[in-house]
Amino acid sequence: MQGESARTLDANEAASAASTPAVEPWSIRSTRTFTTWLMIVVGVAVALWVLVFARGTSAGAAIDEPGAFLVTLLDGLTFAGLLFVVASGFTLVFGLMRTVNMAHGSLFLLSAYVAIELQQSMVGKDRNIEASDVGILQWIIPLLVASFAVAVLGVVMQQLLLRWNQGQDLRQALITLAVSVILADQMLAHFGGLAQRMVWPGAVVKFFEIAGERYALSRLFMLGLALVVAVLLWLWLNHTRMGMVIRAGVDDQEMVRALGINITVVFGITFFVGAFLAGFGGVMGASFAGVAPGTDGQWLLNSLIVVIVGGLGSIRGAIAGSLLYGMVISFAPAYLPSQYTYYAIIFTFVLLALVLAVRPYGLFGKPE
Amino acid sequence: MTTTEPTSATETSRPGALLTVTDLCAGYGAARVLDRVSFSMGVEAVCVIGRNGMGKTTLCAALTGMLRPTSGQIVLDGRHLERSQPERIARHGMAYVPQGRRLFPSLTVDEHLAMLAKGTRGKRWTPDAVYELFPRLAQRRRNGGAELSGGEQQMLAVGRALLLNGKLVVMDEPSEGLAPTIVDALIDATHRLVDEGVAVLVVEQNLRAATEIAERQLVMVSGRFELETTAAELRASPELQRRYLGVDA
Repeated sequence: MQGESARTLDANEAASAASTPAVEPWSIRSTRTFTTWLMIVVGVAVALWVLVFARGTSAGAAIDEPGAFLVTLLDGLTFAGLLFVVASGFTLVFGLMRTVNMAHGSLFLLSAYVAIELQQSMVGKDRNIEASDVGILQWIIPLLVASFAVAVLGVVMQQLLLRWNQGQDLRQALITLAVSVILADQMLAHFGGLAQRMVWPGAVVKFFEIAGERYALSRLFMLGLALVVAVLLWLWLNHTRMGMVIRAGVDDQEMVRALGINITVVFGITFFVGAFLAGFGGVMGASFAGVAPGTDGQWLLNSLIVVIVGGLGSIRGAIAGSLLYGMVISFAPAYLPSQYTYYAIIFTFVLLALVLAVRPYGLFGKPE
Repeated sequence: MTTTEPTSATETSRPGALLTVTDLCAGYGAARVLDRVSFSMGVEAVCVIGRNGMGKTTLCAALTGMLRPTSGQIVLDGRHLERSQPERIARHGMAYVPQGRRLFPSLTVDEHLAMLAKGTRGKRWTPDAVYELFPRLAQRRRNGGAELSGGEQQMLAVGRALLLNGKLVVMDEPSEGLAPTIVDALIDATHRLVDEGVAVLVVEQNLRAATEIAERQLVMVSGRFELETTAAELRASPELQRRYLGVDA
C-alpha cells in the first residue's frame, strides 16, 4: 500500500512537472514580491488616510466622523449589490460561451423602461407617482415581468444571431454591439429622452438612524435583493445538475459535449439567466437612481469594470469586483480633499490599473 | 511472422460489426492527418498503437465528432455518425476518455458523476456502480477534479464515460503518466467492460498496457493503419516494437 502511494505520488509529480516549470524565472518572482508589497503599501496608506488624515474632506476623518464613514461604507456595499446583480449575468454568459454581450446594458435599460410603464399602468398614473401609491406587488410584478421579457429577448437574440457564430468571439461582440445601437435608438423613439424613475414601494421608503446619520431603507432593501440573487445563483450553480453542467462548460465546453450533453440548450438557459439578471438589475437601478438614454452604455461599462477587476467568467470574481468597485465609487468622492472631489472618477482607473498590474486576468480570472 | 496486410475498405465491413470506419480522412486546415483509415470492430478490445504524431489522437477526435472528418464513413451500430455533432455521437453510444483526462477543475468527483446521472437509473452504470468499480474514488467524493492523483483522475475520466452507458468506449492514452499498479487496475477495468458487452478502443503507446488490454493491435503510421497484428506477436518481436513504438529492446 505504501509503495503504491509513493509511486502514485511520483506519477503526480511527473505530471505536474511536465505542465509547469518547477522553478520560476527570478524576474517573475521578484515582480510578484514587488506587487504584493505595493498592494500592502497602497492598502495601508488608504486606510490611514481615511481613518486619520482625511480631515479636509467632505466626509472627514473616520475617527472624528464615524457616522459619515459608516454611511459611505453602506453606500459602497449597497451599490456593490446592484453592481453584482448586473455583472453576474454578464460574467455568467461570458464564462460559458466566451460571448462578450455588448447589449447587456441595453437589456438593463429596456427592462427598466418596461417595468416603469407597467408600474405606471398598475398604479394608474403616468406621472408624479408617490411611494405611498405603490404597494409591494406594484413593484415586484413589474420587476419580474420586465426581467422575464428581456430574458426572452436575450434568448431570441442568442438563438437568432449568436448561435451560428458560436466560437467567433469578435463577431459575436460586434453583433451584440449592433443590437445595442439599434435598441438604444428604438428605446429613444419609444420611451423618449427624459430621465424616468421607477418608484420604490412605500414600505421600503423609510429612513432610519445610524450613528447619528439618516439612512434610506430602500438602499438596504436593494442590498437584500442582491443577496437573495447571489444565494439563488450560488444554489443553482452548485446544487443543481444544470449548474454543474454550466460550471463544467466553463472549464471545458468540448468535453461537456463529448459526454452527450446538448450544449446548445445549456447556452440558451444561460443566456436566459444572464439577460434576466440584466433586467432585474435594470429595475433595481431604475428605482435607485432613475434611467435615461445613455444609462445602457454606462451599465455596460460598469459590468465590464466589475468583471475585469474580478476576472471574466467567475461569479466569485463578480462579487469581489462589485465590492471593490462599489467601495471606490463611494469612498473616492467622500474622502478626497473637498476641492478635488471632481477627480474621484480617476480612482476607478487606478483600481483597474492596480488590479491588472497584479493579476492581468482579474482577481479570480483564469488565463485563456 | 504472420502479420496480415491492412485489409481494404470493402473487406473491413464485417457483418455484425459494432463499429465500421471506412476511408476516414481528417485534418487541420490544409494538413491532412488521417489518410483513408479503415477498420472494423465488434464487441471486443482493440488497441491502436503507433509513435507520436502518427494521427492516433486525431483518430479519436474524428471518431467522437470533435473534429469533423473531411471524408469517409463512421458507422456505429448501424448509424452513420461522420456528420454528427459530438453530443449526438456520445448519445448514440460512443463514450470518450480523452488524452490528459480533461476533468473539470471546478467540479468535485461527486459532481462529475452527478451531472451525468440523469437517465442512468435502472441502467448498468450509475454513479454508485462507478464507485463500486473504483472504490478509491468513493473515498474522494468531495475532492475537486484537480486534487486527485493521476490514477484517480484516470478512474474518474473512465467512470464519467461509463455513465453514458455506451456501446463503445474510446480511450486515448489511458496509461499515460500512471504508476504500474494503477495501470493494472485500468487494464482489469477494460477487461471487465468487454466481458459485460462494452467494446473498448484504446490508443496506446505503452507496450505493456497495449498488449495486456487487447489481443488485436492496429498499427498507425502517418495517418493510416499500416499493419494489423496481435499482442502476442508484438510482445515477441523487438523489431516490431522498435519500428512502430520506438521502444528500444
